[in-house]
Amino acid sequence: MSAVLNSETKKVLTEPLVNDNPITLQVLGICSALAVTSQMSTSLIMALALTAVTACSSAAISSIRNHIPGSIRIIVQMTIIASLVIVVDQVLKAFVYDVSKQLSVFVGLIITNCIVMGRAEAYAMKNPPLESFMDGIGNGLGYSLILIIVAFFRELFGSGKLLGIEIFPLTKDGGWYDPNGLMLLPPSAFFIIGLIIWTFRQWKPEQYEKADFKIMAISHGEGGHH
Amino acid sequence: MEAYVSLFIKAVFVENLALAFFLGMCTFLAVSKQISTAMGLGIAVMVVQLITVPANNIIYHTLLKEDALAWMGITGVDLSFLALLSCIGMIAALVQILEMILDKFVPALYHALGVFLPLITVNCAILGGSLFMIERDYDLAQSVVYGVGSGFGWALAITVMAGVREKLKYSDIPAGLEGLGITFISAGLMSLGFMAFSGIQL
Repeated sequence: MSAVLNSETKKVLTEPLVNDNPITLQVLGICSALAVTSQMSTSLIMALALTAVTACSSAAISSIRNHIPGSIRIIVQMTIIASLVIVVDQVLKAFVYDVSKQLSVFVGLIITNCIVMGRAEAYAMKNPPLESFMDGIGNGLGYSLILIIVAFFRELFGSGKLLGIEIFPLTKDGGWYDPNGLMLLPPSAFFIIGLIIWTFRQWKPEQYEKADFKIMAISHGEGGHH
Repeated sequence: MEAYVSLFIKAVFVENLALAFFLGMCTFLAVSKQISTAMGLGIAVMVVQLITVPANNIIYHTLLKEDALAWMGITGVDLSFLALLSCIGMIAALVQILEMILDKFVPALYHALGVFLPLITVNCAILGGSLFMIERDYDLAQSVVYGVGSGFGWALAITVMAGVREKLKYSDIPAGLEGLGITFISAGLMSLGFMAFSGIQL
């Protein structure tokens, strides 16, 4: 294993998990992170699909990177990504039709998911195929991590289940848990991601963003009064 | 007529692309620091949406849909799996053409939109609008209304968000929440506000 995973490969594989997470730090690929997370099963499929597309597209783009003319590279990248997404979409429709119905347009939207384009542009255009593949997997995993955390809270508190298996018995079935309907609605995803970002940054203070303005306490009189 | 009005209202408020479906979130968070730039981007999205959704609708219904090639005497062909590729190609090409036309004939608008025009190609709100149009099987007139409505809804959301953020930068926020974190939470509160429209039946 260690022969395959040299330090560079290991770095590109693990860095995106927390230190350089695509969602919480690079602000990429947020659209689908929010929309598919009301259930664990859909988020797992989505995470898998995105990881596969990012890894394969990075590898493909990187292997032809020296032949792509700079002026049309976006179109070339887009075509490669779109073809891969079509493959994923057809596979999902063939094997997990129910989940693919629930994901609706969001599988297609992997094309414009900034993680895929971002990694192609920022990493795959400059690095050899194997490292690019690993970088794609790493970023896919960083995305999956956030997706799974969000889905865990939303499904557990929103419907008392995980992956469709009952964890908290609901009051309407004679149990004790009264489901929190807000968790199934879109706003809860914003709140949970906001809180995840807060947690990550509290843990890794170097990720703090600088405030545009600072409130200065004035030494006399009504300092800091608003 | 009434059906179109209700489709428009629905696309703007109830099914707001940014706040109910989270589409175009990356740009939504990145470009919402100032009201003026946010509004410029919003208008650009609206214009592109108005052109691309009906254009994709025409392509889908005349070329890709099951048995759509019957007018050429070819039956039993279902190319709908190519919809993704044709939609994104169409959007990329139209944005490029729009950029050239604006540069040639309306340079003022071109400079006002600046870097936002090419960025729109990779804005998922645009592709999402076209894909929703296909999924819901809108006809041409409906797709025009849906295009304008969804674009306007997105523009509204980003402008309001920029307004909130312009005030927010003066507030005292915990260090870890500064920037992205608080933006997410305020977007969540806004989205909660837009949820109030979801009970409206038109």
